[in-house]
Amino acid sequence: MGSRFIAIWFPNLVSEGMLRRHCHLKGIPFVVAAPDHGRMRITAVGPGLQKQGVHTGMAVADARALVANIEVLDDDPQLPIRLLHRLGLWCIRYTPTVATDLPDGLLLDASGCAHLWGTEIKYVETIRDRLQAFGFTTRMAMAGTVGAASALSRYGKQQVTIVPPGEERSVILSLPPAALRVEETVRERLQKLGLYTIGHFIDMNRSVLRRRFGVELLNRMDQAIGWKEEPIMPLQPVEPYEERLPCLEPVVNRTGIEIALKQLLDNFCKRLMSEGKGLRKAVLKAWRIDGELQQIEIGTHLPSRDAMHLFKLFELKIEQVEPALGIEVFILEAPGVEKIRSSQEALWHHSSLADNRLSEFLDQLTGKLGQGIVHRYLPDEHYWPERSFKEATGLTEQPLGEWQQDRPRPVRLLKIPEPIEVAAPIPDYPPMHFRYKGKLHTIKKADGPERIEAEWWISEGEHRDYYIVEDEIGARYWIFRLGHYTGDKPHQWFLHGYFA
Amino acid sequence: MDAVQKDMMERLRQDILRMQGQRPVTAQLNEKVKLGPVLEAFPHKEFPTGAVHEWLSVTPADAAATTGFIAGILNGLMQGSGACVWISRQDQLFPPGFAAFGLEPHRILFIRLKRDKDICWATEAALQVAGVAGVVSELSDLDFIVSRRLQLAVEKSGVTGFILRQKPRNLTATACVSRWQIKPIASYYPGSLPGVGVPCWQVDLLKIKGGKPGSWQLAWKDHAFRPLTDTSIAITTPLRKIS
Repeated sequence: MGSRFIAIWFPNLVSEGMLRRHCHLKGIPFVVAAPDHGRMRITAVGPGLQKQGVHTGMAVADARALVANIEVLDDDPQLPIRLLHRLGLWCIRYTPTVATDLPDGLLLDASGCAHLWGTEIKYVETIRDRLQAFGFTTRMAMAGTVGAASALSRYGKQQVTIVPPGEERSVILSLPPAALRVEETVRERLQKLGLYTIGHFIDMNRSVLRRRFGVELLNRMDQAIGWKEEPIMPLQPVEPYEERLPCLEPVVNRTGIEIALKQLLDNFCKRLMSEGKGLRKAVLKAWRIDGELQQIEIGTHLPSRDAMHLFKLFELKIEQVEPALGIEVFILEAPGVEKIRSSQEALWHHSSLADNRLSEFLDQLTGKLGQGIVHRYLPDEHYWPERSFKEATGLTEQPLGEWQQDRPRPVRLLKIPEPIEVAAPIPDYPPMHFRYKGKLHTIKKADGPERIEAEWWISEGEHRDYYIVEDEIGARYWIFRLGHYTGDKPHQWFLHGYFA
Repeated sequence: MDAVQKDMMERLRQDILRMQGQRPVTAQLNEKVKLGPVLEAFPHKEFPTGAVHEWLSVTPADAAATTGFIAGILNGLMQGSGACVWISRQDQLFPPGFAAFGLEPHRILFIRLKRDKDICWATEAALQVAGVAGVVSELSDLDFIVSRRLQLAVEKSGVTGFILRQKPRNLTATACVSRWQIKPIASYYPGSLPGVGVPCWQVDLLKIKGGKPGSWQLAWKDHAFRPLTDTSIAITTPLRKIS
C-alpha cells in the first residue's frame, strides 16, 4: 500500500490561538503586532477584520484609522511553535507519526490509518471537525506525497482535498509555483518569465530548469510528484514496542480499562514471545476526550512476557487513572525490552535469584509499596565499613570481587556510630569499660586495634581505630576511637556494630 | 510394647505432625542444616523446614546473636545457590558480616519497610514464593491470626520462615512451629589465649511442636554449629617433632 499524507494548514493560527487563550477577546476586533523599525506592525489579524481592510504587515496606526476601537496584543514569536506542538501531540490519536510544518502547518503520515474511520474522506473530515470545534480554521489535503498534500492544502480550491493515489502530478499542474515551497528569488524569476503555474514548466527539459532555477526547484517538483522520498520528523519518535487500542465509545469505568489493558497485553506478549524477548518497563497511556494524558507505569525485576503477571502489576495502579469524561485511545509502550535467557527452572529445584517466581513477587512488592524498598548488595573495594558494599543494579548482576572475610565484621552495623563514654588505661590499649545509653559494660575480652583510614580521595576525616570487645555477659561489640590521642582534646569513642 | 504397637504409635505420631502442618522434610536438604545436638529435639530429628519459626530477642546484642544464628541456618538451606529474603524495618544489617556464616550476601534480598502492616503483607507474599530458600522477617508484634496466615502460606510453598521478634510486647500463643531465644555468651578460645574467639551462644528452644524443648550452648566454627564442650572447636595447632 502506498503512503498517504495529510497536510493541515492553519491560515489564522496565531489569531485563533490568541482567541482560544484569551476568551474575553471574543467579539472584540483585535490585532497582534510586533515593533518593527520604530513602529508597531501587524503580524496577525483577528477574525472579521480582514473584510474591513486590515491585513498583516500594516502599521497599527493605519489599522486604527480604519477600525477605531481595535485592541492591540503583543506578538509572541514562540506562540506558533507551541501551538503547533500541542496540536501535533493531540493529533497523535489519528496517526502515530505527526510532524510540525512551521510556521503554520502540520503533517500527518496517515498510511494505513484511514480505514479505522471507514473512508479517507470520513477520516479527514473527523480531524477537521474536531479542530474546528477547538476554534481553528483549517485547510486540509490528503495525497500520496508530502509535497502535493502541502501544496493543495495551501493553494487548493476546496477546504478539504483528497487526491487519489497516483494523481498527484495532474492535480498540482494548475497550482502556482509558490505551492512547491521554493525560495522567494526562484518564485520571482518564474513569475518574470511568465511561468504562472506548475503546469507551465513541469515538462520542460530538466537540465534547462536546473541551470536557470537551481536544483532546489527540481527536488521540490520530484518530491511533490513522488519521484523522490521526503522524510518527515515525527514529534514523538515511534516506539518500536507499542500497541494502541482506539475505542469506539469513550471508556469511563474501571472494567473498561481492565478489558482494554488485557487486550493490549495479550497482543503485546504474543509479539514478545515470537521475538524471544520480555519487557522490563511498560507504560500505559490513556488519552482522554478532553486532550489530557493519563499514564501509569510498571517495572519488572527480570524481563517478563507473562500477560497475567503484567496485568496484576498494572491492576494495582489502575485506580490512578482518572477517566473523567472518557478515554478514547489506549497506548501500551515498552521503553525497556530485554532478551529472555531461556530458563530451565523445571529441571532444577534449586532456588535462585533468576527465578521467575521470585522476580514476580518483587514486582508485586514494588508495585504495591513503591520503588526503592528492595536492596541487593555487592562487595565494593573500600575498607571504610559504610562503603564496603554497594547497591546492585539488578537481580542478575554478579559481584566482581570476593566478599572480604579476612577480618571479622559485625552482622549489625549502626547507620550512624553512637558516642559512648569509655575508660581506657593507656593509649592504644582496648578500653576497660564503656557506657552506652546509661548502661555500663565491663570489657572482659578485646581484639584490636584495627586502623581504618578515611579514604582521603573520597572524603576528609580522621582515621578510626576499631576494637572488637566482649562484655561480662558475652555480648560482642565493635567500637572505635576517632583519630589520634592528643593531650589537649578529649578523644571520642563510638559504638558502631554488634557481632553475632 | 511389641513391634506392631511401636509401628502404629510411630504412624500416629506422623499423622499428628502432618495435621499440624509439618511435612516430612527432604533428607538431602536437611543434612546441610548442621545443628549438632539440637537436632535431637526436633520431631524427625531434623530441622523443620517448610515451617515458621519464632525468635525472641530483648537487647540489640541478642538481636545480633539471633541474626548470626539464623544466618548459620540459612547457610544450610541455601546450599550455596539459593536466594533468601530479609524483611526489616531498620537499616541495620551489615551485608559483609554475613560472609562469616558462609552466606554469599549478594544472594540475600533486603527489603526495608516502614509500617508493620506492610511487613506482614510482604512476609506473607514472600513465604508464598516457592522458589525462596528462606524468609526472615523482623516483625516484633505477632498475633495468632498473623502467625496462622504465615503458617498456611508455608504449608503450600514449603518455604522456611523466620520471624525475628525484637522486644516483643506480649508473648501470646502463636501458630509457629517453634520459639527460640538466642543469647550471646562468652566467646571461646582454647587455653588462656587473649582476645575474642569464635562466637558462642546460649540457645534456648522454648517451644517445639512434636519435639522436646531444651537449651544448649553452641559455637560457630568452620561453617557449622558445634557444642561448646566439643573438642572440635579447639584450635588445632600444628605439631612439631622435637628432635
